[in-house]
Parts: sequence; structure tokens; C-alpha cells
Amino acid sequence: MTMLSPEALKKIDREVAKYPPGHRQSAVMSALAIAQDEKGWLAPETMDFVARYLGMPPVAVYEVATFYAMYNLAPTGRHKVTVCTNLPCALQGATRAAAQLKERLGIGFGETTPDGAITLREGECMGACGDAPVLLVDNKRMCSSMTPDRLDALVDELKAVGGADGK
Amino acid sequence: MSAPGGFLDYGPDAIIMAGLTGSNWRLADYVARGGYSALRKILTERIPPTTVIGEVKRSALRGRGGAGFPTGLKWSFMPQQYQGDKYLVCNSDEGEPGTFKDRDILRYNPHVLIEGMAIAAYAMGCGRGYNYIHGEIWETYERAEEAVAEAYAAGFLGTDILGSGFSFLLHNHHGYGAYICGEETALLESLEGKKGQPRFKPPFPASFGLYGKPTTINNTETFAAVPWIINHGGEAFLNLGRPNNGGTKLFSVSGDVARPGNFEVPLGTPFATLLDMAGGMRDGRKLKACIPGGSSMPVLPGDVMMQTDMDYDSIAKAGSMLGSGAVIVMNDTRCMVKSLLRLSYFYYEESCGQCTPCREGTGWLWRVVDRIEHGQGRADDIDLLLSVSDNIAGRTICALGDAAALPVKSFIRHFRDEFQHHIDHRQCLVPAYI
Ligand SMILES: Cc1cc2nc3c(=O)[nH]c(=O)nc-3n(C[C@H](O)[C@H](O)[C@H](O)COP(=O)(O)O)c2cc1C
Ligand code: FES
Repeated sequence: MTMLSPEALKKIDREVAKYPPGHRQSAVMSALAIAQDEKGWLAPETMDFVARYLGMPPVAVYEVATFYAMYNLAPTGRHKVTVCTNLPCALQGATRAAAQLKERLGIGFGETTPDGAITLREGECMGACGDAPVLLVDNKRMCSSMTPDRLDALVDELKAVGGADGK
Repeated sequence: MSAPGGFLDYGPDAIIMAGLTGSNWRLADYVARGGYSALRKILTERIPPTTVIGEVKRSALRGRGGAGFPTGLKWSFMPQQYQGDKYLVCNSDEGEPGTFKDRDILRYNPHVLIEGMAIAAYAMGCGRGYNYIHGEIWETYERAEEAVAEAYAAGFLGTDILGSGFSFLLHNHHGYGAYICGEETALLESLEGKKGQPRFKPPFPASFGLYGKPTTINNTETFAAVPWIINHGGEAFLNLGRPNNGGTKLFSVSGDVARPGNFEVPLGTPFATLLDMAGGMRDGRKLKACIPGGSSMPVLPGDVMMQTDMDYDSIAKAGSMLGSGAVIVMNDTRCMVKSLLRLSYFYYEESCGQCTPCREGTGWLWRVVDRIEHGQGRADDIDLLLSVSDNIAGRTICALGDAAALPVKSFIRHFRDEFQHHIDHRQCLVPAYI
């Protein structure tokens, strides 16, 4: 049985406590996010563990994991970069930013660089359109106003940082 | 967005976003600005819940999440005599393309939301509440967690608030990447730990909501307006705006403007004024089109927009809707086919798949717009788009179907020649690109 660390379980318990007694399932989204932070992606064993921990049928956990776009259902590179290309951002340079990233990394959306450093994803509106171009690193760090220089610096940083960071 | 003195500049008439620097978001700062005085007044003077709801009704506050439903009326649907649990839910799942205002409330003035929710909970007798926050704004979620913890520590949340006997337990819940969870019943499903597929209405949340209990859901900005209404009276709020369109509204201005950002202006402010606040058109280009209420609302030609005031009724008269207050501005270099293509892809991507017309129709719309854009359009494709749109709209459980259909119909209504040109000449009518 794949276990999560005691720290992760403590975080999950804190989420469970937000909901009324008998509604542990309400914590499944945060439990999966916490599990993903620790494991890098949601392997079936990880989801099964979350299911047992919350007292849910495994299939109910799979349903959630496959419905929401920010869960990784397969291993990614050491970092995941998700770029918003929706219309408001596109009007403010996101198309150019996405093209620059693809060219610099030599990959398309949904692909990972050969050195395993970066997985590139296309994202939908992140509720930050005024700061376009915007992108998310590893789901949690938002980078705003990504000019060509800043994009280059970010790629340098993510390529340099080893596996110890984040994953 | 910065003004002299280090204040964030939301405009001279801001009330929710007044006096903010970006770093004075903590409880002590909020209290120093007069915060929590409305909640304190209600609880210490034991103002009856019905009086609170009456004040909100008088203010003509309308929901800021998209539909513009009168807030006081919505609150009065909650069963007052109901003995069991009742819930209050805040919709901070801001994902409508072009909308980025709730994030600013949450990160720069989170306690105004907490106070507004506590007042609402008191008015409707809700013992528990949840704030559902868009998963992509993680740093903002963490700040909201801190703010809620501060409010518990100071006794503005929890049991027996300020010794009044009133208890309200509020918690934050994060999404993880699903636009549909902004729809209120999908949001409830998601809060229950399920995939976010909307529920059929009726029953409405006021009778069957979270965990099957009476629930009221409002947008972040709706709750954030409540403390001011209690402090200054519903009448004063109404007078800030226009009849039936009370108060100020945050507009998120994006696209081809010089200074994209949020601006809080009285409802009824001319679009031209708002455009000026956003620095006017970027590079002095011509205004071609504008979506005044978020990507789900009909697009309007620039000259129509320039004659329109920013309130629910005026925008409706001009042929669109105020929606979430996301103003997407497009200049004369923008191809309307390409613009619609990106929106159509979005709705296809985000359809939850529950209703056949939406699941199949959104993909169909996207594929047809895609082939028109790429020079493969067929002679009857415009009619086909209109027909598919008509067969989605109004035939689905939730309004995502309408949200996918409205842009298609309005883009064609106002810019049909561009679609026709793509089909006839297999190329674009406007020289530039996105
Ligand atoms: C597809 C879809 C997405 C929506 N997204 C949001 C959203 O992100 N935020 C929001 O407040 N309301 C959203 N709504 C509207 C909500 O269903 C609901 O009307 C609103 O939260 C009620 O709050 P209000 O009365 O304060 O506006 C959405 C509706 C639909 C159909
Ligand atoms: S469209 Fe990109 S963040 Fe909203």
C-alpha cells in the first residue's frame, strides 16, 4: 500500500476538519492535491490510498481526479508549466509567449523536454488576465507579465533547479 | 494600477477597493479602516435578520457573478424557520475568461468578504460557510486561509461571535481546474467531493443545496458590497448607481488597452470613461469590438459600446449582458473568426459532458469555426453554426450551453462579412493576427 508521509496526512486531516462530521469526501480535492504535491502525480495506488483514507469507493476518487485539469494522471517533467492562451491573454501577448516557450524548449503542448525538466501545457483562464501573459509553474506558482526576457529567465531557472525542488 | 501615495488605483469612486496598498490586507489594517463595524453593529444592537435583508433589498444590489439576480430577494428565499443546518457559499471560482476581480478582493481586502459573509450568514441563519476559490490562484487561496484564521482568532468567526450567541464557521475550499465549477450547482457537487456536474433546477439551492440543505450562493464581490451597505444604508448604495442598478461595480478590463486592470466605478458609468481609465486603446489603435461581460456574453461592435453605459439595463439594451463585468477589448487588427475560435475551443474543452447538446454541440461548433479559420469553410457553414447554436441554447441543464452559443451567434451577427470572406476567399479579411 502506497503511503503518504505523516506531514501529508496531517495536512489532509486539517482539510477534513473543515467539513461537517460524515462528510470526509468533501476533502477529496485537497487530499489529491496534497498527494500530488508529494508524489508528483496521481498513480492508481495513490488514488486508492486516498479513497481508503477518506472512506470513498476508489472509482469516486478516479472520477474526481480525471475531471479536474490540474491533477497529473501521468508522470510529468520535474516542472510543469501551464500557459493560459485564452482570448483575453492572447490579445495581450500570450500567443507569442507560448510560441517562444515551444521554440525554446523544442516541444509542443502536452510534451516534456528530453532532459525531463519541463512539461508544457496549454491552460484556460486563470483569473489573472490583466497580468497576461500568465503561466503557472507546478500548479501553485503564478508568473505574471511574462515578457520574452522573463520567459527566458524562468526557463533557465527551471532547467537549472534539480529534482529536489518541488517534486 | 498604482496611484500616488502607494495606493492601488481602482478609480476615485471605489468603495470596496478604497484605501488599499496591496500590503494592508491584514485584519488589523481592515479594522483600522473601520472594518468589522457593520458586523459589530448588527450583533450588538441585535438588528433583526429581516431588517438586514430589507436593507440589502433597498440597495438594489444585484449578483456580481454573472446573472445579476437581486441579492436581497435571493436571501429572502432561504427558509427562516428551518431548524436544521443551513449553508452559505461564496463563489470565488472566477474562471470566466476576462474576469480577474475576485482575486483582487481576496488578496488585497479579504476581510471585507469575510465580514460580508458573516453578515449574510446572520441574516439567513447559516451556521456554516464555504468560500470556493479557483484552483489556479493558489497564492491567493493561501492568503484567504490566513485571513480566515485571523478572523477566528479575533472572534469575528467561530462560536458565539462577539458574545452574541451567533455562530458562523467559515472555511476555504479550493478548486483544481474546472471552469464549470463556477456554475453554482456544479460548485456544490464539487464541494461535496464529486466531479463538478451541474444539478437540475428546481429544486433550487435555497431548498436543496450543499449536502441537500438550504444554501445560498453569492459571488465574492456581492458579499464584499454588504458591509458598506450596512454601514451607510441601502439607499446610499442605490444612489451610487442607477435605479435597479445599485452601487459600484468592479470591471476587469483586458485586451487591447494600454493599462489592463480592475476599476471600480458607479454602475451607469459610460464605457468611454472606463476605457479612459484603462489608458485608452493600446498604441492608439481603433476600437473594433468589445465583449462587455465576460466571454460568455454577446460581443458588441466598438461604436455601439462607445454609446453604452456600464450597468445591467444599459448593456442589455445594447444587445449584450453585464455578466461578470469582464470587459474584453479588441482593436481593428483582430480577426473575429480567430477570436471566436479560441472561445469555442474553451467551451468545448470545459463542457462537463453531461448533456448531449452541449457535449456534442460545443465540439461541433469548434470544429466548424476551426475549418472556416483555416480556409476549409463550406458555403453553408455559417448557417450550420447558427443552427447548432440554436440547438444547444436552452436545451441543457446549466447555462454553459448558452455561454457557448451566445458568442457564436453574436460574432456572426456583427461580423458576418469576416466569416463569409474566410469561406469565399479562404483567407482572412484583417491583416493582423492574435
Ligand atoms: C458556466 C458558468 C460559469 C459560472 N462561473 C461563475 C464564476 O466563476 N463566479 C461566479 O460568481 N458565478 C459564476 N456563475 C454564476 C453562478 O452560477 C451563480 O449565478 C452566481 O455565483 C450567483 O452569485 P450572485 O447572485 O452573487 O451573482 C457561472 C455560471 C455558469 C453557468
Ligand atoms: S484569459 Fe488568461 S488568465 Fe484569463
